Amino acid sequence: MAAAPTSAFGTSRRSDLIFLVLFAAAVLTAPLWASLIGAGYPDLLQKWAIYGLFAIGFNILFGLTGYLSFGHAAFLGVGSYTAVWSFKLLGMNVLPAVFFAMITAAVFALAIGYISLRRSGIYFSILTLAFAQMSYNLAYSVLTPITNGETGLTVLPSDPRILEQLAGVRDTVSTPTTSLFGLEMTGYPGFYFCAVVLIIGFFVAMKIARSPFGTMLKAIKSNQTRMNYTGFNTRPYTLAAFIISGMYAGLAGALLASTDPLAGAERMQWTASGEVVLMTILGGAGTLLGPVLGAAVIKYFENIFSAFNDQVLMEMFNWLPETLQEAAVAVAGLFVGEGWHLTLGVVFMLIVIFLPGGIMEGIRRVQKLFRRSDGASRTDTASESA
Amino acid sequence: MTVFDKGVSRRSLMKGGVALTAGLAAPHFFTKSAYAYLNEPTGGTVTLGFNVPQTGAYADEGADELRAYQLAVKHINGEGDGGMLNTFSSKALKGNGILGKKVEYVTGDTQTKSDAARASAKRMIEKDGVVMVTGGSSSGVAIAVQSLCQEAGIIFMAGLTHSNDTTGKDRRANGFRHFFNAYQSGAALAPVLEANYGKDRKAYHLTADYTWGWTQEESIADATEALGWQTVEKVRTPLGAGDFSQYITPVLNSGADVLILNHYGKDMVNSLTQAVQFGLRDKQVNGKDFAIVVPLYSRLMAQGAGENVKGIFGSTNWHWSLSDAGSQAFVKSFGAEYGFPPSQAAHTCYVQALLYADAAERAGTFAPCELGKALEGFEFDGMGNGPTLYRAEDHQCFKKVLVVKGKDNPSSQFDLLEVVQEVPREQVTYDANIPQFAGSLGSCNNGA
Amino acid sequence: MDAFVLQMLNGLDKGGAYALIALGLTLIFGTLGVVNFAHGALFMLGAFCAVTIQKLLTLSKKVKDESITFFDAYKEIPYLETWFGDTGLVIIDYAVPISLLAAIPIMLIIGLIMERGLIRFFYNRSHAEQILVTFGLAIVLQELVKAIYGANPIPTPAPEVVAGSADLGILFGVPGTIVYPYWRLIYLFFSLAVIGGVFAFLQFTTFGMVVRAGMQDRETVGLLGIHVERRFTIVFGIAAVVAGLAGVMYTPILPPDYHIGMEFLVLSFVVVVVGGMGSLPGAVLAGFLLGILQSFASMNEVKSIIPGIDQIIIYLIAVIVLQVRPRGLLGRKGVMEG
Repeated sequence: MAAAPTSAFGTSRRSDLIFLVLFAAAVLTAPLWASLIGAGYPDLLQKWAIYGLFAIGFNILFGLTGYLSFGHAAFLGVGSYTAVWSFKLLGMNVLPAVFFAMITAAVFALAIGYISLRRSGIYFSILTLAFAQMSYNLAYSVLTPITNGETGLTVLPSDPRILEQLAGVRDTVSTPTTSLFGLEMTGYPGFYFCAVVLIIGFFVAMKIARSPFGTMLKAIKSNQTRMNYTGFNTRPYTLAAFIISGMYAGLAGALLASTDPLAGAERMQWTASGEVVLMTILGGAGTLLGPVLGAAVIKYFENIFSAFNDQVLMEMFNWLPETLQEAAVAVAGLFVGEGWHLTLGVVFMLIVIFLPGGIMEGIRRVQKLFRRSDGASRTDTASESA
Repeated sequence: MTVFDKGVSRRSLMKGGVALTAGLAAPHFFTKSAYAYLNEPTGGTVTLGFNVPQTGAYADEGADELRAYQLAVKHINGEGDGGMLNTFSSKALKGNGILGKKVEYVTGDTQTKSDAARASAKRMIEKDGVVMVTGGSSSGVAIAVQSLCQEAGIIFMAGLTHSNDTTGKDRRANGFRHFFNAYQSGAALAPVLEANYGKDRKAYHLTADYTWGWTQEESIADATEALGWQTVEKVRTPLGAGDFSQYITPVLNSGADVLILNHYGKDMVNSLTQAVQFGLRDKQVNGKDFAIVVPLYSRLMAQGAGENVKGIFGSTNWHWSLSDAGSQAFVKSFGAEYGFPPSQAAHTCYVQALLYADAAERAGTFAPCELGKALEGFEFDGMGNGPTLYRAEDHQCFKKVLVVKGKDNPSSQFDLLEVVQEVPREQVTYDANIPQFAGSLGSCNNGA
Repeated sequence: MDAFVLQMLNGLDKGGAYALIALGLTLIFGTLGVVNFAHGALFMLGAFCAVTIQKLLTLSKKVKDESITFFDAYKEIPYLETWFGDTGLVIIDYAVPISLLAAIPIMLIIGLIMERGLIRFFYNRSHAEQILVTFGLAIVLQELVKAIYGANPIPTPAPEVVAGSADLGILFGVPGTIVYPYWRLIYLFFSLAVIGGVFAFLQFTTFGMVVRAGMQDRETVGLLGIHVERRFTIVFGIAAVVAGLAGVMYTPILPPDYHIGMEFLVLSFVVVVVGGMGSLPGAVLAGFLLGILQSFASMNEVKSIIPGIDQIIIYLIAVIVLQVRPRGLLGRKGVMEG
């Protein structure tokens, strides 16, 4: 497994605070620096924040306790559906949607976690997978009255929206948009809303990791059998971690629905669950920042790499002589555009083979290298991933 | 924290603060503008967004759509042989781009998933500044992207989407569909089925268990029951079931003598292959030859099912073997460029791109509302389907629908289907607000 | 009655496919301790062996088709047909059985390369990392296949003689009611034969004995001076062959595309877990059990009582089995629970 995070979480409050402030600054200024790499547009920034949150939550379960859930996307989907239903029934304000999504996700997580956590290892993974697949299959077909199946659940002008009705502001003509007390949740305002939630989520995850509860979870990861032998019941702790993690996923689902009020069943498919596993490992499981980085990298691939077509490539390589240009385009074309999955697979294998601690381990290694060349003898105490 | 714990000074924090303020201020520059409509092109070029499946089960179809779009861009910009521009009844396009602006394009991968398709479309709208998004190889995706474009305020020209809902209950003012739909499949197929199989038949439906499958099942069942056929059973199959044997064996002794496969893509390839393997095509029931019907055909799928398509009826939007001038011009131009004939997905996408360009030229603007008006009620010809109407009420095209049959002796790998009948437009025209289609376009959105 | 028999056959058939893949997974897991998420990809590669052989056999001379004027169309006449006439056509017709023979060495080599080149470096790493690296490999393999063959399914029919259906009703004195395709019957017998072969190999050969001993207690066998690792490499090769053959044999039933492996992957993991990690009989038992239950759950009579049951039956059974039997049907304690 990726590095035990023991050393990671034993740092002082002061450095935690600095870390958090820096993280917040980096997130909030994302529209500026992301445009340098062609990612400075609201939708991708929103996705970064939302999937970062999803991965942070997943990491609370996987990174701290070592339980590998293969069905976390179910909570994301449940969160989205709940949020859209909240828009439809109550009104377009995002706060009730977020609230109910987290509650529903928690209820689902309690039920699924209660059953799944009776087993461990791959048995646990398969149980979570089974629940998520059942949710997906049913949502796509027989539960269509609730989920609107393939087409996905959307808001309609004719929805009841009771709160708005009571306030007498229900508009039954144009498609309603989500808002936070009048501030529309599309575009950059939507991103800033997600960003603030991400920062709060990051802060909470940090607090959990530093708390006695977090220590307990890490102890479970390092040796559950021994803990059980000492007469200690680990289940309530793992279940609590599972529920918290599910609530993060539900929250992420609600944010997806808030920035774009549509909930589809595909969000619950096992590949979506696999994606968050990939994000977490890619970034560095057990670290705070890693999952966010992993999520950002994967979403960047999905949206930017996939858009490189031959036309773009030809322009990129137009400094080459014509024959070479065509060859370069042909080779590069294998990995971008329709071949972006291939790149993802290759990168993923390379990371797991050479950098089991993910991007965070890479950063740490580079850092070490520089320190050594500086001749500094400072030891690496505050390392995020160990 | 270590990553950043060095060199945190007040200065860098202040820098961050400045950047933050700038970032918060930025949106107002981008979103609220002085432009008349969203992404109004100001330079010498205009950008279109081609959103097709590049990964997943429909990747080949998506690749063909992309080829068609690229060809369309060439022709609009005045390169190549001009293709259908030469046969198109409207002569507004002059081969100098659209409204004098050279056409550029961006591409994106829908992955045949609503979420990914919307993310990709948003990238095109927010980052690349497209005035129109087009594409799609499944109805779920098309409907999802259509509603996104409506909300954002740009035009959506649907690609391959066959569900009634796209221009039925989920129709949108900013969305337009050239492709035909399940209802039209039923209306076109029914008389041919009657002529070949008679009035006294018992049909068994296997239906992909999601929205598109259901609408097609309903449409085909209605059309065949109107002929006097009985519907023995309607069985829903999970999407991507792979092995359909457990659904096919109950057909064998059910007393049914027609099997209708409301499947598309891989599901259709598999269910048809397996149904034939179970001997259904050669079976005798009630003293009649057992028949299989695949209401929605595509050549790419027929290729996947190979020999099994022989003699099996279905409908398509268009086929490359048509002999009208428009089709020939398109096939010639496409064939010269890529070395093989275009699929129906490629055709509908090519036509949509041209229709959009033409409408912009006639409207004199890219503004969705004005451009939409130019498309509404637009009557044209020379695009391979005979005289065609873009109906104003629901933004659905009305034109000939092809009934095809798997060819017994194909001469090449592309020559798998033969056109049995070109069903005239009147026969597949319906009222815009019949129960299966009742919906509301809403008002068009310019996005600014 | 006939409906019951037919569904039973369907279930056995499906079960045979599940069992074959699950068997290979369990072999690899039991011997090497590696959770191989690329196993579905091996199945897919097997299927594409058949596609490749078929393409090679149908390599054609292109003759310009004059009837099509608007682009360069060609009629394709396979070289085999030009050279050998009808014999050539017969050879092409037998592409799938020929591939079956060809797939054995090809899949063995692929398996050995995979084990030596990648998997062996992961013996001592965590299961999660094994899952991830093999998953990455699976993606790479399937994307490469997609780059070569496209995403559309490719028809690979069975030989003409077995294309039809057998009337099994005659056996029961009710002719015409129980009709079942020859190829599916062949598939069923084939999977039983391969399963039997693998068990016999492990049971009755010295090699098998060592492997079984190694599955029980790797270290002790190593201490006895037996070179376990090399044998395990061969076991990986065998598992790859089994998965590949299952893939070849499945092509007439399911025209293969690049994604076929992933579809089987999830299912086969569920099968393995239901059977109990590391238990070969468990994998086979669970394969057939799930196949049969899935078939019966799809019957209209069942679906009218519980709508949508056919969509979830496999997963539902997995949940129930794991609640009642914590380590699957025949699993041992302590395997893969960490």
